[in-house]
Amino acid sequence: MGEFRQAKWPEPIIFEVGGKGRRGYSLPRLEEEELCEDIQSYIPEKLRRRKDPDLPELSEVEVVKHFIRLSQMNFGVDNGFYPLGSCTMKYNPKINETLASSDKVRWLHPYQPEETIQGMLEIAYKLSEWLAEITGMDKFSLQPAAGAHGEFAGALIIRAYHKLNGELERRTEIIVPDSAHGTNPASAAMAGFTVITVPTDEDGCINIDALKSVVSSKTAGLMLTNPNTLGIFEKRVCEIAEIIHEAGGLLYYDGANMNAIFGKTRPGDMGFDIVHLNLHKTFSTPHGGGGPGAGPIGVKKHLRDFLPVPLVEYDGEKYYLDYNVPYTIGKISSFHFKFDVIIKAFAYILSMGAEGLERVAELSVLNANYLASKLVKIKGFEIPYGRNTFRKHEFVLSCSKLKSETGVSAKNVAKRILDYGFHAPTMYFPPVVEEALMIEPTETASIEEIDKFAEVIASISKEAYEDPERILRAPYNTSVGLVDEVKASHPRYMCLSWRMYKKKFKMGEKY
Amino acid sequence: MFRRYMPNDTVEIKEKMMKDVGIEDIEDLFSDIDERIRLKKKLNLPKPLSELEVKREVEKILEKNRSFKDFVCFLGAGVWPHYVPSVVDEIALRSEFLTSYTPYQPEISQGMLQALFEYQSMICELLNMDVANCSMYDWASSLGEAARMAARVTKRDIFLVPHYISPSRLMVLRSYAEPAGIRVLRIKQSIENGQIDLEDLKSKVSKDTAGVYIENPSYMGFLIENPDEIAEIAHDSEALFIVGVDPTSLGILEPPGNYGADIVIGEGQPLGNYMNGGGSLLGIFACRDDDALIRQMPGRIIGMTTTVDGKDRAFCMVLQTREQHIRRHRATSNICTNEALCALRAAVYMALLGPRGFRELGEIILSKTIYAIKKLSKISGLKVPFFKAPHFKEFTVNFDGASATVKEVNEGLMERGIIGGKPLKDEFKELGETALYCVTEMHTKQDIDNLYSQIAQILGE
Repeated sequence: MGEFRQAKWPEPIIFEVGGKGRRGYSLPRLEEEELCEDIQSYIPEKLRRRKDPDLPELSEVEVVKHFIRLSQMNFGVDNGFYPLGSCTMKYNPKINETLASSDKVRWLHPYQPEETIQGMLEIAYKLSEWLAEITGMDKFSLQPAAGAHGEFAGALIIRAYHKLNGELERRTEIIVPDSAHGTNPASAAMAGFTVITVPTDEDGCINIDALKSVVSSKTAGLMLTNPNTLGIFEKRVCEIAEIIHEAGGLLYYDGANMNAIFGKTRPGDMGFDIVHLNLHKTFSTPHGGGGPGAGPIGVKKHLRDFLPVPLVEYDGEKYYLDYNVPYTIGKISSFHFKFDVIIKAFAYILSMGAEGLERVAELSVLNANYLASKLVKIKGFEIPYGRNTFRKHEFVLSCSKLKSETGVSAKNVAKRILDYGFHAPTMYFPPVVEEALMIEPTETASIEEIDKFAEVIASISKEAYEDPERILRAPYNTSVGLVDEVKASHPRYMCLSWRMYKKKFKMGEKY
Repeated sequence: MFRRYMPNDTVEIKEKMMKDVGIEDIEDLFSDIDERIRLKKKLNLPKPLSELEVKREVEKILEKNRSFKDFVCFLGAGVWPHYVPSVVDEIALRSEFLTSYTPYQPEISQGMLQALFEYQSMICELLNMDVANCSMYDWASSLGEAARMAARVTKRDIFLVPHYISPSRLMVLRSYAEPAGIRVLRIKQSIENGQIDLEDLKSKVSKDTAGVYIENPSYMGFLIENPDEIAEIAHDSEALFIVGVDPTSLGILEPPGNYGADIVIGEGQPLGNYMNGGGSLLGIFACRDDDALIRQMPGRIIGMTTTVDGKDRAFCMVLQTREQHIRRHRATSNICTNEALCALRAAVYMALLGPRGFRELGEIILSKTIYAIKKLSKISGLKVPFFKAPHFKEFTVNFDGASATVKEVNEGLMERGIIGGKPLKDEFKELGETALYCVTEMHTKQDIDNLYSQIAQILGE
């Protein structure tokens, strides 16, 4: 078998393509009566655009070639194994795209009369009911546009709840484990809370004594991912819930890792009050190179009246948008929800059913443990924390032994992995593991891919001990070699737009 | 049924894998979950379906929707019908883009990175700004983030917004502002012509003002004619001047960068994105080349660099120390997943249009706006537009002098296959029986003429 080679086009920046007078777009002509004699005169003088925007001029043909070439220099789930930990890069079924491309999705306006968007509301309503069933919560709002947006909504609910109880002035702290996703502390801070970090125990779970020592009458809530970012199930979660609830705090569940526990256990049953889910992870909607996603938020009954509006309800005859939510935190998105995303999650659940989702949990966990059992045997690597516990859907490999013995770091390993046509794992996360590579194969990986990945890691280990220099200069087979990220953010070189580039480095002068 | 998505879902493979892992039963992998919280029942969800059944089921539900293809619709108010060239769909459905994650590994993600850099660069040209991030969720969240950024940059806590602003956008702003201790105050606008009351503005601007925000065109479609004077008032008190835009206007309207904007935000949906029932949108966010601003920007920014060996031009995410995955609770924002694919769509769209396409698009929309206003004004009893000012794309129609209310007119229109404008009475009482209408390049002259005759008929004119 030959080696992987990513396409490499010497593709200019779009401003360097095309030529004066070319165009890639045509519009229908105005009819006689629509024509205004001097259209410019209608615009107040101060507001008339004096100079056309300095945009490139290209024919449609050139635009297509340019972006197709760029697409060939990108790598998605459909290209190959993508074990990016905590991102759940599972296969995105094509049928979902087909359905989301319907005119009855694309050409709907959010302010159409409700009787003309009953299909949209039905899908939204049923999806929120299903999400409630899956997580053991009572009611979902589909407002949040992404996972972090859901966390922000959750933190605002915690805020509103304590405010209503007259305790907000006192309850200023949100507790977050040191292994949490970066969005958790950032979301809590955005909602005005002080973030208190608790350490992880040797077994990979929250240190309960440390938790008890920081819980107080100031505690507003706790944000937790379970299984956590080490891929370990917080086995004392019931005790944690009791501690927080007894102190008068609320429990927030970060659903980024929900894939591992479908049908096995539910955050609602663990004692969580608020949950967000990432439809673009767990429910197979594609990630689009960074978005759009969706981060629906669900709560137990006692918090229903705080949810962001609108909620979608059904009165037995018709579906409707409900803005009449007494203590709502308000809105966090311009309109109702992202219909193009939620319809894909809806179709996914229809395909899977309860049985299929449970199988997802089983296979994602089996795949992860199978791969972990292979990688842990490879020289230079180890899987710290909770050495005798099975992982759930992901695990964290430490390259710190490899680094101290060969000088090859987690980043170097990640870059070398790219050479084999695999995406790299998440690097340097969670922060509690040194030289971390966080690996999540998901249920859609095949055993052949997983075996191949393990072989690749073994050969990288061998190479690290024999010829580390070669790894330090990796990757070789991607569109470009190792990218200078330091230079990119250096004030002297920083170019954040084409015009900034032109300003800093006159055309022709070497960057 | 669902095995189609899970290659390892066969008895043989599972047995082999379980053996290697050292378990006999798949349940052994879940034995660490406390018995008290193990789910003892099957989830109450529909039975798994084949692909054909899924398609039938979803299409059956979608049939209950009636779209712009079934109606002629005059709704806008923050999301608008615009033509999406086929090229945009073709590119956005490329798997390499569609199924990739955030480009954490730049070497294997140059395609998306370059496309997003191009998006940022072209948005900057449209707005006449120097730096744009590669997306926020939507216009409203861009506004919320802009208020917070203004407060961080100026270390002040009052944010001024116009009276005539979309109520839902304002609600989102409040959600973002309140926990940061930012107070949102409204600036008066003339009920005659919609213009910002400069005296009121001056009286509200102080040493506590973090930012002054206006929209051009405004929520009601009218243009703010003296934005430079508003900028001056903001800058005199060392507040930031923030402008919200509809990018389809910028082929013909002066870009905010030319009248003093420090931050420009807006809704990028019209650039190659569908309305999707108000679904995935594209928050524009840009600022001047000023280190104090750039370091406080929220969201992902793509920069140009080279490979370490200096051989190739390359792109990667920059200034990540502002972001949550590095800075955690001290990050400028918690945003992680954004709207990258919508930004890609916008990049393709902007490349297709070019400077002349944007001018033409702007002129066509403006011509249709003028035509629709002229036409509807012929119906006696209607005041079109409510505000005496030039309008772009959207305009108000007041029915106070007519024989029917907005609700009655809209019901009548609906029976005739038309969705009328958005009722504004609940949003701004002082406007009485007023609706907000929108026309774009998608509306033909016949659509507008038909709207005119149907309204005339409903009103018995």
